[in-house]
Amino acid sequence: MRQMSVLRAGPAITVQDAGRPGMLVQGLSRGGAADPVALAEGAALLGQSRDLAALELAGFGGVFGFAESTRLALTGAPMRADIDGKALTWNASHQIEPGQILTVGGCEAGAYGYLHLAGGVATDPVLGSRSAHLVAGIGAPVRAGDNLPIGPDAGQGQNLVLDVEDRFSGGTARVVHSAQTALFPAAERERFEATEFTRDDRANRMGVRLTLAGKGFAADRQLSILSEVIVPGDIQVTGDGTPFVLLPECQTTGGYPRIGTVIPADLPMVAQAGPGARLRFRFVGYDEAIEAERRHRAMLRDLPRRPRPAIRDPREIQDLLSYRLIDGMISAYDT
Amino acid sequence: MAAEGGFPAIRSMGLTGLLVSFADRLSEPANRAALAYRAAVEGENWPGVEETSTSLASVFLRFDPLSMAPGDLRARLDALLASRDWFSAPLPSNRRRWRIPTVYGTDLAPQLGEAAEAAGISIGEAVSELSTTAVRVLTIGFAPGQPYLGELSPRWDIPRQVALTRRVPEGALVVAIRQLILFSAATPTGWRHIGQTAFRAFRPESADPFPLRPGDELLFPAIEPGELAAIRAADTHGDGGASVEVIA
Repeated sequence: MRQMSVLRAGPAITVQDAGRPGMLVQGLSRGGAADPVALAEGAALLGQSRDLAALELAGFGGVFGFAESTRLALTGAPMRADIDGKALTWNASHQIEPGQILTVGGCEAGAYGYLHLAGGVATDPVLGSRSAHLVAGIGAPVRAGDNLPIGPDAGQGQNLVLDVEDRFSGGTARVVHSAQTALFPAAERERFEATEFTRDDRANRMGVRLTLAGKGFAADRQLSILSEVIVPGDIQVTGDGTPFVLLPECQTTGGYPRIGTVIPADLPMVAQAGPGARLRFRFVGYDEAIEAERRHRAMLRDLPRRPRPAIRDPREIQDLLSYRLIDGMISAYDT
Repeated sequence: MAAEGGFPAIRSMGLTGLLVSFADRLSEPANRAALAYRAAVEGENWPGVEETSTSLASVFLRFDPLSMAPGDLRARLDALLASRDWFSAPLPSNRRRWRIPTVYGTDLAPQLGEAAEAAGISIGEAVSELSTTAVRVLTIGFAPGQPYLGELSPRWDIPRQVALTRRVPEGALVVAIRQLILFSAATPTGWRHIGQTAFRAFRPESADPFPLRPGDELLFPAIEPGELAAIRAADTHGDGGASVEVIA
């Protein structure tokens, strides 16, 4: 089996796929990629299934070696990357040859970059998924010295790029009601919508802490509500009034009230808000939320048709005739 | 249907969730109602329902809002609620009784004294009561396989600590608000650490990763630290010296 050698690793690199949905009743949260859109984008760039696992690089990348020719793609939070010193385009697929070294640096924006390998990272699944769920004690961070198995490459396409909307610098997330939204007086909800938050340094795969200039938010009976199920996207308000947006590796129940829930389409933007990014929240009605969900799923469905050939400077191509210039995926959906 | 104080109630929880609550505080009937109602929802196999779960007194449903309108799902849930008195539902069948050896106090569980004081009894009385009281798994949650256990006698209605303990280990037995939790992973907590076991409530590598089920009874007989060390040394699958029998 092909392998990727990890020569150096940032502190928070993990193997991630879509996680383990369906185990809430056993106390196990879904987990999986903090930015599922980035997972789908990598699959589209490599022409492969989005069920395959990739490496999630939280904040920092690493240095990776390959013993065999391997296609790879880079998505999510943009990071500086090169092969043997030659800079790589982000949101693109590339090929690395035996003996070459891939170096991925720190995030230029956002929080989670992704390194996808053609064939996927083929570690042994646990409970139906390869995702590390560190809070639950499943898996471990990727470390220098690890050799990660790579599955058989059944896809095609390299030197493709994908045009991606910026979801790495904060913005406004749409929110619908949670079970405890009504515990917050209308004036508190209005103040919540009018507040600009800063993504705190305290953020991880469990959740993102938000800081604000004014005082925190208070619900009626804040400290005496019964613990209830938590779902990713819930905005939990802790005892001191600080909101946390909960992410895929959150606990499955919680006793703090939730002022609302970020809709699935906007959660990747919240997860990807880098340190210091500004976030706002806007309550939307059911119809608007459903329409957003419909568009989000259509976007994901269309992703495999969207990668386009990278435009390359012919002077950089040393052996022009060896390139099959009309091969590969050509999209009519060029945007 | 014996509705009490506006319950049962159905509320939305995000775009893809509905919550059916049987009470706003823990009670034995509300917990039984939640367990039985979830089993009934699972049995209905409604299209578009992707996952169900219980917490102490409620049932959560995750559904696909593009294949099942929430209004339709609420109507089905209402009809099912009205079909019987859920508060008098029996406990789940195939319940087991677990006896899990536990070290009370010592440096392995340093907050026993504090908890006993909060409960207004001596350490000896606390150990005597806690090591002979059968508690039931009310729900599994927060962390994988992790049981919320209750209810203890009213003297154990002690609040959580204001400050968090930075880390208690896997297998820790902690107490607050008339409940015990047996931690399935090392975690920070506001609950007081009164006992230590070698029981692993989550075993990701095992064919049965989640050994405990709602309705199971647990007893925590007292042992000495030396016995726990011996149990750990001999234990290969995480039972921590526990015995188990089927009770119903």
